[in-house]
Order: sequence, then structure tokens, then C-alpha cells
Amino acid sequence: MDIHEYQAKERFALAGIPVPPGRIATTADEAEAIANEYGCAVMVKAQVHSGGRGKAGGVKYCNDASEAREHASNILGMDINGLTVEKVLVTPAEDIETEAYVGVLIDRKNQAATFMVSPDGGMDIEEVAASTPDRIRKLSVDPRYGLLPHQALWLANFLYDDPALIKQASKVVAQLYDSFVNSGASMTEINPLITTPDGEVKAIDAKMTIDGNELFRRPDVAGMRDLAAEPASETKAREAGLSYVKLDGNVGCCVNGAGLAMATMDLVKYYGGEPANFLDIGGSSNPDKVVSALEIITSDPNVKAILFNIFGGITRCDDVANGIVEATKRIDIEPPIVIRLTGTNEDLGLQILEEAGFSAYTSMDDVVEKAVELAKG
Amino acid sequence: MSIFIDNDTRLVVQGITGRDGSFHTGQMMEYGTQVVAGVTPGKGGQIFEGPNGETVPIFNAMDEAVAQTGANTSVVYVPPAFASDAILEAVDSGVSLVVAITEGVPVLDMARAHAFAGDRGVRILGPNCPGLLSPGKSKVGILPAQIVTEGPIGVVSRSGTLTYEAVFQLTSVGLGQTTCVGIGGDPLIGTNFIDCLEAFEADPETAAVVMIGEIGGTDEQEAAAYVQANMSKPVVGFIAGQTAPPGRQMGHAGAIISGSAGTAEEKMKAFQDNGIAVAQRPADIVGLIQDTLA
Repeated sequence: MDIHEYQAKERFALAGIPVPPGRIATTADEAEAIANEYGCAVMVKAQVHSGGRGKAGGVKYCNDASEAREHASNILGMDINGLTVEKVLVTPAEDIETEAYVGVLIDRKNQAATFMVSPDGGMDIEEVAASTPDRIRKLSVDPRYGLLPHQALWLANFLYDDPALIKQASKVVAQLYDSFVNSGASMTEINPLITTPDGEVKAIDAKMTIDGNELFRRPDVAGMRDLAAEPASETKAREAGLSYVKLDGNVGCCVNGAGLAMATMDLVKYYGGEPANFLDIGGSSNPDKVVSALEIITSDPNVKAILFNIFGGITRCDDVANGIVEATKRIDIEPPIVIRLTGTNEDLGLQILEEAGFSAYTSMDDVVEKAVELAKG
Repeated sequence: MSIFIDNDTRLVVQGITGRDGSFHTGQMMEYGTQVVAGVTPGKGGQIFEGPNGETVPIFNAMDEAVAQTGANTSVVYVPPAFASDAILEAVDSGVSLVVAITEGVPVLDMARAHAFAGDRGVRILGPNCPGLLSPGKSKVGILPAQIVTEGPIGVVSRSGTLTYEAVFQLTSVGLGQTTCVGIGGDPLIGTNFIDCLEAFEADPETAAVVMIGEIGGTDEQEAAAYVQANMSKPVVGFIAGQTAPPGRQMGHAGAIISGSAGTAEEKMKAFQDNGIAVAQRPADIVGLIQDTLA
């Protein structure tokens, strides 16, 4: 789950990381009022779950409140990488002496939270990694001991020469690790971590992605979910325990398992069609999940055919068959449905479908080819 | 032969009384897996009844279960909130393999669990995996038994149901398997492609390997380099997610293309560059395997 910059800064502040003050505005009037209160130059920053906000024109320096109003009015409603800006952060502009980068993410290879730091902040860290890899220092944190003080210092030493700055930065590094762990994050970054002419170290931008598996035990973090920042269909899918990503094609896909769902989408493309979505109904399915899945798929007006590809393991074919039958009773489904059903309790599932007048395929290629053909009309 | 599990596997089921745990315990026993114990805290002393009237004792804790039944492998069907504790308990109980089926375990919990298991020399498979099946010998997890048959192919995959698809197609043309392993779709897993490839290379009955990957991370690229450097047996590969857009997570927490890294294209190229035949769709796997064995 992605959270906004202002929310990540709240998490940082809880851990003691120095962040500038800031408030959220949803209208140009509010942005002007907040800027007036600060009484200094401010930044107006789009709050969307996307990188590249600056390049898209979603981050602006404002000399005064009237400029804040003007920029906020331009940024609110702006489209950044397909996402509409619903709110802006208004925050006092800082005097910047240097910009560094500090990030933590889960590293698969070392099986641990891993720091990446660079004295070259303010730009995309992937660019730094590609062009000047020697300007990045990495450290995997042993989960048995956590981040040790000398390790925090080793990272901070790479950023600055001035002992006073190193001391502050090593504190920030340690606090960032605490924030990462206590937020249940899978990624967090400060870019840039600045120094001011007065010799202060501050986080003026913040990013954090939360591990969705942590939310059950972190209600405060779970409460940061911004429903306005994601498509309604994805919200509905999540609440129904499904994993759904809307795409642009016209073959609605309902599959159990993420790998098979991706392979099914690939096969739709292989046979000349375009998938309308990724949808994984997950394991241990019950008929209600299938009903929700069909409601979500049919709410997409582009869908011209619906393709089920179910390979029962923990999912039982009879549950899915019952769900399909139940859904067609409860909701009016216009596009044709083609079904492939095999695996655990296959015979039961096929019998249920047959009694309800559906026929099922057993080959994945056959069912996908048929769905593509039907979608073409 | 087979890898990781065989006729000597003595299994304890953690979470044996839950909906999924009890259902799949029955399925495993039906297949012939020696299920010797179950563990559900608070239900010690009760009995699990198998599909043919067999009785399996239930214990409150793993150490009792292992001490009294000689179990050497555990499978975890415990809900996510308690799964990492169950895994740690299993690692400390004396079993040598812990198969974690549970989906939704916090990643930071698993970082700790993998370090703990590494210190104690215990193999974790998963989490968020379908387990493994050595046809004719033992099934641990949730792979459907009706799709497998005995034979010379090793199968290793990051996905669950996509593994079933590949195995189903192999079996339908009479190509049986030594062991089918689902390593799981989470970012931090206990057993990776290379661990399985190494075991298949060492297994005298495995003649060829099918490796099924997906977008996200670099595990497949590293596995490809391993194949080139260390394997004499042919490997056929497939990657799911050729149509997945960058930046969107495709179900599995590990299946996300970040920046330019982790695309299907990049992984398929790594396979090709390292002598692994690449299937464009699951149905092509069978033909490529037949070619390697011809």
C-alpha cells in the first residue's frame, strides 16, 4: 500500500526525524490561507501515489500566498501518470545547501531490510546506481540485531565530511530504520535529505510503501489508505479479498493464482486479444468471492467476453462453480462467459456448471482462444 | 529418487484443525503421505481422523509432536497473524524441512524467520507457496495429486496454479515428475530456484528440469547464470507476466516491475543467453522438454 508524502512525513516525525511543517489543502483558497499563515515562501506539492511529480509540474516554489493560490489551482485536478491530484501539501520552502539520498527497502537476495545511501540526492536513485554506482553505499540490516549504532555512523560517514552533519545524519538513519520497521514498510526513502546553510539536516521529501501483510496489526497505518487515490474497482476487489488491476483490453479475466493469472493475460495477447484486467481470486475461495469478481469485471464497460481459468489446488472447483451460478442469478451479466475448470473437486464443479447450463473447457489454450474470438464479436 | 521429500517423510501438520489444514491433511493422507501428527495449540489430546479412518494425534506444541512421533517435516496452514510464530516453533522443534503454505505473512517477520532457520540449518519452503509433491512417494502442501505421475522431470516454480498447469500438460503426454516444487511468490522465500536446481542436478532420477518464473526481482536471472555454470541437465523455462504493466503489483508481493528491472523480457533473455530453452506459452513447455530428451 502506497501512502502520500505528507503521511510518510507523519510517520517520520513519530520516529523523531526532522521534517519541515506542512499542511494539506484540497482547494486553492485553503492553499493560500496556509501560505499566509506561514508568511514565507512555500512549496506546493501534489500528493499522488506516483514518482515524477516534479517533472510533471506537480511541485512548485511560491514566493508568496497569491502564488501559492495560483499554483495550487493549477496542480489540483492535474493528471500525473494517470492519477488525478486531489490534494496538495503546502510547506515552507527550505534553503538548501546539499542534497543526499537515504532509502531502505527489502532486499530479496540478502533477505533483509537494506539501506542505500548516496551523497547525490535530489535525483532518481536508479540513475545514480546506473551511472555512478560508486556513489552509493549499501548495508543489509541483520534482523537478529537491528541497525547497530556503528552501522548508522558508517552510512552517515558516506554522506558528509563535517562531524556535526555526520552526527545528525547517523541519527536520521537510525530513526528511519525504526520508522521503516514500526510502520511495517517494504520501502521508504528520503530524497532529498538536505543540509541547510545553518547546518541542519532535514528530510524535505518522503516516500513510503507499506507491506499489505502488516496492515492487520497496524490499524494506525491501515487508516492512512487514501481511497480517492485508487480506482473504485480496485477498492471493491480488495475489500472482497481479491487482487485486481484494471487494464485497457476487452477480455475480462478471472483466474486463481497470480502466476496463472499473468500467464492467462499473456496467452490472451498471444491469441491476438487484449486482457481487460488482472484478477486473482486467491486461494481458499468461497462462492461470494466469485460473485464479487464477476461484479467487478462486468462494471468495466470495455469487457466483451469473460474468461474463467481455474486450476484447483487450495481453491475448490465446486466453490468456483457455485459462485458462477450464484452470480448469474444475482446480477445481469451481458458478455458471454467461457470457463476452464480443472483440479481439486473438478468433477463436482463440472457437474454444477453442467446442471446450470454452462459448458466448461479443460484446456487453457482452447478457452483463451474462444474468449478472444468472442470478444472480437 | 526425488528432492526434499520421499517415502521417509514423516509429516506434522501445523493448523490441522482449520478449514484448509483439515481438508488438505485428508488430501495428503489420501495420496499416501505419512501424516504422523497435527499441532493446534489448545487442542492437544484430540484426534484427527483421516479419510480412511486413520487416526492422527493432535498436540499442543511442536516439540511434543516431534518427540512423540519422530516427525521430520512440518507443513504450516496457520493463519498469517500466527504463521511466523508457527514457523519459528517448527524450526526449533527438530524437523529439517518446514513448508509454509500460508499467504499474507508480513515480510519483516519472514526476514527474522529465515535468519533463525539459517542459523539452525533448517530448510524453509515458502511462505505463500503450494508446497511440493514427489509422485508415488509423498505430497506436502496443496498440489492436486491427480495431475502428477512418476517420471524423470523436475519442476520448480514461483507460482502455484501455474505450476499445476505445467505439470498437468507434462502428465497429459506421459512425462512424469521426480518432484514438483512451488517455491512461493513472496519477496523473501526460504528455498529459491538455485536450491532446487542444485538438488535436481544431484538427483540421479531427474533427467531434465522445468523452471517457471514470473516478473519482479532477479531470482530467475541468477538461476539462469547458475544453470550455465553448474548444470549438466537440460532446463526449460517459462516466465509469466509478459503483458504486466510496470509499477503495478500483480497479486504476488514479489511480482512487480520496478524501473527497468524484473521484466519478463529481461528474464527470458537471461534464460536464452544461458542455454535455457524458453517456452512462449505454457503449452510449449512439453515440446521443448521432449526436444531436450530426444
